[in-house]
Amino acid sequence: MSTAFSAANFSTQSFPLNHTSTTTHDSPLVFAKPTSQFLRSTPKLRLSSFSKLNLSRRSGTVVAVSDVVKQKKSKSTPTLLITKEEGLELYEDMVLGRAFEDMCAQMYYRGKMFGFVHLYNGQEAVSTGFIKLLKQQDSVVSTYRDHVHALSKGVPARAVMSELFGKTTGCCRGQGGSMHMFSREHNLLGGFAFIGEGIPIATGAAFTSKYKREVLKEADCDHVTLAFFGDGTCNNGQFFECLNMASLWKLPIVFVVENNLWAIGMSHLRATSDPQIYKKGPAFGMPGIHVDGMDVLKVREVAKEAIGRARRGEGPTLVECETYRFRGHSLADPDELRDPAEKAHYAARDPITALKKYLTENNLASESELKAIDKKIDEVVEDAVEFADESPVPPRSQLLENVFADPKGFGIGSDGRYRCEDPKFTQGTAHV
Amino acid sequence: MLGVVRQKMLGQSLPKIRPVVSVLRSYSSAAKQMTVRDSLNSALDEEMSADPKVFLMGEEVGEYQGAYKISKGLLEKYGPERVRDTPITEAGFAGIGVGAAYYGLKPVVEFMTFNFSMQAIDHIINSAAKSNYMSAGQMSVPIVFRGPNGAAAGVGAQHSQCYAAWYASCPGLKVLTPYSSEDARGLLKAAIRDPDPVVFLENELLYGESFPVSDEVLDSSFCLPIGKAKIERVGRDVTITAFSRMVGHALKAAEILEKDGIDAEVINLRSIRPLDRSTINASVRKTNRLVTVEEGFPQHGVGAEICASVVEESFAYLDAPVERIAGADIPMPYAANLERLAVPQVEDIVRAAKRACYRSVPLAAAA
Repeated sequence: MSTAFSAANFSTQSFPLNHTSTTTHDSPLVFAKPTSQFLRSTPKLRLSSFSKLNLSRRSGTVVAVSDVVKQKKSKSTPTLLITKEEGLELYEDMVLGRAFEDMCAQMYYRGKMFGFVHLYNGQEAVSTGFIKLLKQQDSVVSTYRDHVHALSKGVPARAVMSELFGKTTGCCRGQGGSMHMFSREHNLLGGFAFIGEGIPIATGAAFTSKYKREVLKEADCDHVTLAFFGDGTCNNGQFFECLNMASLWKLPIVFVVENNLWAIGMSHLRATSDPQIYKKGPAFGMPGIHVDGMDVLKVREVAKEAIGRARRGEGPTLVECETYRFRGHSLADPDELRDPAEKAHYAARDPITALKKYLTENNLASESELKAIDKKIDEVVEDAVEFADESPVPPRSQLLENVFADPKGFGIGSDGRYRCEDPKFTQGTAHV
Repeated sequence: MLGVVRQKMLGQSLPKIRPVVSVLRSYSSAAKQMTVRDSLNSALDEEMSADPKVFLMGEEVGEYQGAYKISKGLLEKYGPERVRDTPITEAGFAGIGVGAAYYGLKPVVEFMTFNFSMQAIDHIINSAAKSNYMSAGQMSVPIVFRGPNGAAAGVGAQHSQCYAAWYASCPGLKVLTPYSSEDARGLLKAAIRDPDPVVFLENELLYGESFPVSDEVLDSSFCLPIGKAKIERVGRDVTITAFSRMVGHALKAAEILEKDGIDAEVINLRSIRPLDRSTINASVRKTNRLVTVEEGFPQHGVGAEICASVVEESFAYLDAPVERIAGADIPMPYAANLERLAVPQVEDIVRAAKRACYRSVPLAAAA
């Protein structure tokens, strides 16, 4: 495994030169057997992409991943990719994400949650696979589909649920909402509604990590930033600007594309001239990797290497995770444009079911242990809902708070003093 | 110049002549003159040396010494890590600045002109201005966006817009518009030290102008308060509010009005958001007439906001309708004579002040 991932090979070679396995020649695609069918949804689209992939087998490293996995599985005494504790941690995190999002849907239809709510069902492998490898000081920047990123990063379910209900006990005191989850403590930098907006922010956080190490001389600062965004974002200018600058300045960042093939109702294939997003990495001088985003173990392996690269100071990586969202774009989306066959195809590859199967087949965990985790998570989510229900709404005095860190920005009143010094200011009765 | 000063000293009470006398005093003791460019450069230099978290980022700020030479010498002094030349990616580097500011660094992001800030306006408004609120105080953004704003000379429609009104309408931002060297130094230092996003609108035509600066201004801890306007010239008959380059025009207009017996009070706004409504209203309550001057487009401009504020708070004190002088409601033309017509000139301010004082004046200017 280490050969394929050694730094020298990781960059922009078009074919794995030192790879000894012959399995690459068997499969026409870049990926080996288990992953060969998932790439494109409807049959006609699959054909065109087949030929494209035949012509441009750029990301040799991914071949190595799946082949290594295959090799490992074919040995008589397989060395497993994860330990039991890690497996249970991954399982619990994914089940938390799924149960939480399902509860969000219920709460939305009961009117407890409102506005725009974007659910993450089906994509849990990406969030869990990447974020569970991070330290607390590493940063995560997300989009509006950020509930599960927040949960994986460690924000308590209670805080996220209260925020969604708009209560003052939420992680942003009810001022952010579904699309704007921030947590200083867990280094979750949002939560942005505009696609592509989080990418420069993430690049800035990575910039700070490098600046702290080199200019402020905090020698042990090796914080890594992950930027999560979707396939639609990869056509946006800010994405390219940041690929360029991150590579130019060798910033410790991993750009994670959650390619779920759909941007609301716009298919990725209708919107993009070259749908293979991972190829855009080498154009900017960084490795581009394509991984099966429905398999948490594969995502985790790729994530380990990408995050390791960033931590060692070798620069950014672009990882395209091919995944799928089981629900519509948001709870207001009727989801009529997607082919039911496609949905069924991906539903059969549910990441949680896949991990469950892996754990039980390799005797890492028993059914009862996994069921116990399921039950525990149900209780956590129910508790979160109860907590959110019972929490108070923000008081009127909270309206003017937090506009500025230094509230003198509200100006000088008629008495010549700063308005924020008026005792009535935070009661919400002062005239601004 | 001295003759006018002597005339003033004869007829007026002590507080009113103080600003004039201080000018006289500073001339007689040969006070230092400093260009706005040098004052911005020295402010940046001092703030960068005081705090290693301050860094400058923008196009041509490093090796080119600044597109308008504002950051001259900073690259040699602080190195390429703290004075970063960026590719032409306003959205990208404005966002990088915001992300760095989330983690406590203090970026000074330079836009070559504020017209280019429109490429980054999503980050200025949606991530810088709103983050502290959306995160309930967890993510503050101590960033400064600076650069030249407004019309220069013959640069055409896409390089001449004034963005004061646009940015000042957004909560979560502080918008500053310095005029003199003292303003430039004090306000830039205040902006860099401020924990909130500040939009710092300079003016290209002012960069080369010299103003007298006192020793207090040259001190490295000098700072001006954000949200306080300055009364540049005390008067009795009409209040003229202006910001940035228009302050110079207003002061010249005041001198011309003086000869016609109209004593104008000129207020240098310095801070557009928060607007110093109390100073403006106090002045209007004294003079009862108001002329607002700005370079930007008239609709929804700074003058409109000042007029609304005065109508809300000091309506009974107004003796005449508020006169609003703004740039012409057109994209900036290129031809020199048309450009002169599109930007407020001293004569326009004089005419407006006379109208406010009910003197008969011809309405339109000649081309």
